[in-house]
Amino acid sequence: MTVGSIYAMIAVGFNIIYNVTEIINLAQGEFVVLGGLVMVFIRVTLSIPTILAFPLTLLIVFMVGVLFDRLAIRPIKQPSVMTLIIATIAASMILKGSAMFIWGKDPYDLPAFSGRTPINFLGAFIQPQALWIMGLLVVIVLALTLFFERNIMGKAMKACADNPDAAKLVGINVNHMILLSFALSAAIGAVAGIGMTPLALMEYDRGAMLAVKGFAAVILGGLGSFPGAILGGLVLGLIESLGAGYISSGYKDAFALIILLLLLFVKPSGLLGNATVAKLKKF
Amino acid sequence: MLEVKNLRVFYGSHKALDEINLKVDTGQIVSIIGANGAGKSTLLKSISGLIRGFEGDVFFDGHDISSQSPSRIVNLGISHVLEGRQLFASLSTLDNLNLGAYIYKNRKNRASVEESREKVFEIFPILKERASQFAGTLSGGEQQMLAIGRALMAKPRLLLLDEPSLGLAPRIVQNIFNVIRELNQQGVTILLVEQNASLALNSSDFAYVLETGSKILEGTGADLLSDNMVQQAYLGAAKSAS
Repeated sequence: MTVGSIYAMIAVGFNIIYNVTEIINLAQGEFVVLGGLVMVFIRVTLSIPTILAFPLTLLIVFMVGVLFDRLAIRPIKQPSVMTLIIATIAASMILKGSAMFIWGKDPYDLPAFSGRTPINFLGAFIQPQALWIMGLLVVIVLALTLFFERNIMGKAMKACADNPDAAKLVGINVNHMILLSFALSAAIGAVAGIGMTPLALMEYDRGAMLAVKGFAAVILGGLGSFPGAILGGLVLGLIESLGAGYISSGYKDAFALIILLLLLFVKPSGLLGNATVAKLKKF
Repeated sequence: MLEVKNLRVFYGSHKALDEINLKVDTGQIVSIIGANGAGKSTLLKSISGLIRGFEGDVFFDGHDISSQSPSRIVNLGISHVLEGRQLFASLSTLDNLNLGAYIYKNRKNRASVEESREKVFEIFPILKERASQFAGTLSGGEQQMLAIGRALMAKPRLLLLDEPSLGLAPRIVQNIFNVIRELNQQGVTILLVEQNASLALNSSDFAYVLETGSKILEGTGADLLSDNMVQQAYLGAAKSAS
């Protein structure tokens, strides 16, 4: 469940950017790493309490998202979805390199939000941190679903993905919307990173694998769907744990990829994806 | 109301429009006819701000709006219906209309947005039936109606229409043109780009003919309809008839 919730958060980050730009941001995992490591710096190195360090980290990674858009996405003169996706790969390498340069290759630990004494829940012992992660996930997804389905700004963000020219003509500032989408999903990636570090540590090169898992969760749940992202993340987390237990933990990382492939063969629109909408999309 | 002066647009080194001058007076229907690639769409996009960084000037109500942002221009009262509808395909019909009123997104405008929407539903009743359907799943005619409806939601004083008849059955084309004339009577000035020259000229007060980026002819709709060159090139009259 906990691992699944992390995957779900990463998947949500993918979906936001996809909903606005139809780009798959392959640097999404880097935002998670950055969230974890920046939090370590503020919480441990500067010993600022969690309640302040958490929003501060979000703000910093949010700004990284802004810079990401400004420096990697917007300067591209003739943007096609494919060139932009490749730009995100390049940016992810730069982020990873910078993280290594700043924090080195060691994994870092972070104190859990409310201690590490396991709670007895119906006979199973769970870490309080796991509850925090699930709680944060629920809040994020509820807020985003409301935003994209009910709010005119959210709809305007979707409109940018559907048809940027038409969006400009009704008065939407498309560049602002893209900027907002990158900043928002960077911040959500950071939440995932902050949440998982006390349980799983964090080091500079975790991003790529997290992005792959998150992407598998996105495809599993249906590209662009937030409830789908949760379902996809949780199912993927469950399959990984079961697979690790019953088959071999050595293959743990392979399950995500196998699921990804199977789904793309069988049902590319995902579990909760809307097949009609999928057909109307370019990519 | 609208005046374009010495407009020149380049795509790279290719000249798409050369020294275009045109005028649209308040209350008129003005059309631009010409073959594919004559630069008609480019002209409209330069007016609405989708194309920026051209040479020459565009004046709207006496103000220079050249190279302003599209959102600024729609705020001034120019709405542009792009060629090929260009709807927000994965959003519902209703959402498309609501986004048309994006410049009035402030809460205090809610009542007037609702009023515009009712008016659009009155003009195109079919859109009300399709309100919750994805725009991308509508028929061609319904999509064109929605595209016009969405543009009307911004309450434009000048409506730019690019090929509204494209790919539609004759009956629906008639319907759309009736609406265009009706809107005009209600006070919306219209600048129309059409390949269907006879249809466009028959409904226009004034018209311009573009050929490979240059204006070659201008005159009232009736004048151009009886012009030999126009008849041969755009209305399909036999050469021997002239």
